Amino acid sequence: MYQEIPNKEESSESGLSRRKFMRLSGLTTAALTVGYYFKAFGNDTVAEILTGEGAEKMGVELTAWIAVDKNGKVILYNHRSEMGQGSFQSVPQILAEELEVNLEDVRVEFAQGYQGRYGSQITGGSSTIRSAYKLLLKSGATAREMLIEAAAVNWGVSKADCYASGGQVFHKPSGKKMAYGDLVEKASKITPPKEVALKARKDYKLIGQSLPRLDNPAKLNGTAIFGLDKTVPGMLIAMVERNPRFMGKVKSFDATAALAVQGVKEVFKVTMPVFAFTREGVAVVATDTYACMQARKVLKIEWDDSGFEHLDTEGLFKRMAADLDKEGNTVKEKGGFAEIWQQGGEKLEATYRTPYESHSCMEPLNCVAHWQEDKIQVWGPIQGPDWVQSDLAERYKLKPEAVEVNMTFLGGGFGRKAFVDYTTEAVEISKKIKSPVKVVWSREDDMTQGPFRPGALYRCSAVLSGGKIKGLQARMAGQNMDLQNSPKFKPDAPNASMMEGLCENYLEQIPHYRFSDVPTQSPIPVMWWRSVYSSTNDFAFESFMDEMAHAAGKDPMAFRMEHINDKRVRAMITKLAEISGWDKRQKGSGFGMAIADCFGSFTGQVVQLQKDENGVPRIKKVFAVIDCGWYVNPDIIRAQVEGSIQMGFGAAVVHETHFSDGKAVEQNFDTYQMPRIGDIPEIEVHIMENEEEAGGAGEPALPPFAPALCNALFDLTGKRIRNLPFMLEDV
Amino acid sequence: MPTYNLTINGKNYPVEAAAQTPLLWVLRDLLGMTGTKYGCGIAQCGACTVHFNGSPVRSCSVAVSAASRAKITTVEGLSPDNGHPVQKAWIAEQVPQCGYCQSGQMMAAAALLRTNPNPADEDITVALQGHICRCGTYTRIHKAVKTAAEIMRQG
Repeated sequence: MYQEIPNKEESSESGLSRRKFMRLSGLTTAALTVGYYFKAFGNDTVAEILTGEGAEKMGVELTAWIAVDKNGKVILYNHRSEMGQGSFQSVPQILAEELEVNLEDVRVEFAQGYQGRYGSQITGGSSTIRSAYKLLLKSGATAREMLIEAAAVNWGVSKADCYASGGQVFHKPSGKKMAYGDLVEKASKITPPKEVALKARKDYKLIGQSLPRLDNPAKLNGTAIFGLDKTVPGMLIAMVERNPRFMGKVKSFDATAALAVQGVKEVFKVTMPVFAFTREGVAVVATDTYACMQARKVLKIEWDDSGFEHLDTEGLFKRMAADLDKEGNTVKEKGGFAEIWQQGGEKLEATYRTPYESHSCMEPLNCVAHWQEDKIQVWGPIQGPDWVQSDLAERYKLKPEAVEVNMTFLGGGFGRKAFVDYTTEAVEISKKIKSPVKVVWSREDDMTQGPFRPGALYRCSAVLSGGKIKGLQARMAGQNMDLQNSPKFKPDAPNASMMEGLCENYLEQIPHYRFSDVPTQSPIPVMWWRSVYSSTNDFAFESFMDEMAHAAGKDPMAFRMEHINDKRVRAMITKLAEISGWDKRQKGSGFGMAIADCFGSFTGQVVQLQKDENGVPRIKKVFAVIDCGWYVNPDIIRAQVEGSIQMGFGAAVVHETHFSDGKAVEQNFDTYQMPRIGDIPEIEVHIMENEEEAGGAGEPALPPFAPALCNALFDLTGKRIRNLPFMLEDV
Repeated sequence: MPTYNLTINGKNYPVEAAAQTPLLWVLRDLLGMTGTKYGCGIAQCGACTVHFNGSPVRSCSVAVSAASRAKITTVEGLSPDNGHPVQKAWIAEQVPQCGYCQSGQMMAAAALLRTNPNPADEDITVALQGHICRCGTYTRIHKAVKTAAEIMRQG
């Protein structure tokens, strides 16, 4: 079940002792808390399992994932944010498996942000399960073994004769049983075993099952609390009229009319750090959101937009086109591509263009903050609670434990809510007004301020010989996200991310290749967007694979198979052929495929097209395969693949963010159109079964969609699409 | 400021607000009913959909002064224990991901099913075309509307 975490009580004590921890969690006095102590932050190889008691003795703080109290109440903590991808279900599902409790009997809460205590909490890179599942399994098993040991000691029997199930320990020979709640006091005194046996996969009762999500009931009756729904006592609302140009400043403003709007309390200038830069605006603080919106309309602001370029989209892409002629930074190379290109032979070259995009989470950005002299509290839709904590601690010169970061549910994240700009701005405003505040972003704020997914150009060149790839070169020109992120990144450092998404197994068979990037300079703020660089890279790589296959006179799937040795990738492609009926496809139907290697998983898709009665190509069906290795909840994985395809569809054929005079053009959903229910075709998802390590599930299925679609269009019409987005009606 | 007597989910709520205040912000900020979501403010996304005398409307674009004459139903009024056929169907098909748009999606579905208990695919598309889901739950929403119709038929 889900219930909102109550507002934590006021306290200036530092640290979260076990007793305090229990109080915060609403547990009764004696409790068994089990978790990890990371001696070196973020380094799970030295993580040590401790109980709350043990941690208190050592004077360290516990990373608690599990708490069982005397009444048998079990709380499992989700250390990552829940933005739709399912951590609120999958993290407890892993813990409950080894702990031997029924999921319907536990309460799930969000852990607070704490730098390093849970390893990384940044919910990005599809990393929740793949980074933590082994720790989670071991945590559950350790607590279970301690409870079993406590029961065995209590009965004076051998531990080997006891087992746990459904929140109880049983003694096999006698049939005696004891509930976990009656064992926690004894169990909490036991030193956690160093080694515990983990279940074999065949013995799993929960993992591998499509159990219904624990967060869904609250999301269907209005009780789930998203950031925008969060209130704290005494809270005011603020909105900020920010300079529409990223690097612009506030020259002056006249607040007279804004202050006259009923409910408006204060109007002042505010600066917000964005990466290595700051964004300026004028904050309006009021008793309610609508008053803020009204006051913003009558604010008079003069901006200072001097000292930086005011680019438009075509100017940006012209610059990228010029950059594409440069050699760039070599990311990876083998042999001598330049020489074989000079020698001639069967050559092929193509340029691909991908657009800038807005994240446009359905929940616009927002953050509740309460700045106090010696502590800061933050609540909100936050993807990186540990990042927010360390950012605020550093900025306000506080100890990390004096910065309390609480995650609400996120109405979408997609990378945008991993930045710490909106959280810092909220704290700045709270500090200025000396009151708790919720800073609300309008849809227009959210859509125009960025950061955006950067658009990019790719030039791919190949030399073919004997029906195979002899040489391959790929060069990306586009904004390097790292360069804005921190001054420690330099423009002459190769951007290894330009190869993300590529199935690198291809390279084993290619004697000559070179991958390079040219970072295009631009003041447009850019950052991660679902599947990050793979979301654009893979369009170039997998479209070009298709072009090379056709140039070589080969079937696109067979051509890929000829360049892949890896059994795992081959198995995935074989499955894709099987479910899509690739070998039996008939004329009149367009079939295109693409694959990706993204965030620890392999994905492949086939798009099947058919012309409608007006001759317009329409997607009949998308066949998707994901190999994410060890997995928890297949229905959530299927949902993520379906969602990734729908978001990829938007970026391929529906929306694009344009810039004009240095400002984002599309401000709301009337111009930044979204895929609608009637646009989405049938999607069939297949999950590969194997013994591999866990991979990501939230993003890896996005990259193959656009190239598979365009490859299918070529198959159906003979027309090659190299620029995204495009309209199906125009093909 | 004038006072308006709103009838929401069968209960009476007097609220003091400027006449042009959108119903959305009255619900969310003044009455604390946060199940109805803000998504765009210009009637493009459907996240703020409520029933106005049984018909789906965008509460971001209905002034409180107009709402005082109507019976308003919000997602909280569908059924607090998720017993409405639409809520049951949304659970059965495991529709929500982030969940933010689902209040609006469900309000649209509930309104459709009241007037059209056996909707064809095309009817579902038309009724829900005005609702954006960024996570990509459209295929499941479509299926869930059919499931809800089935649940209603079985009573």
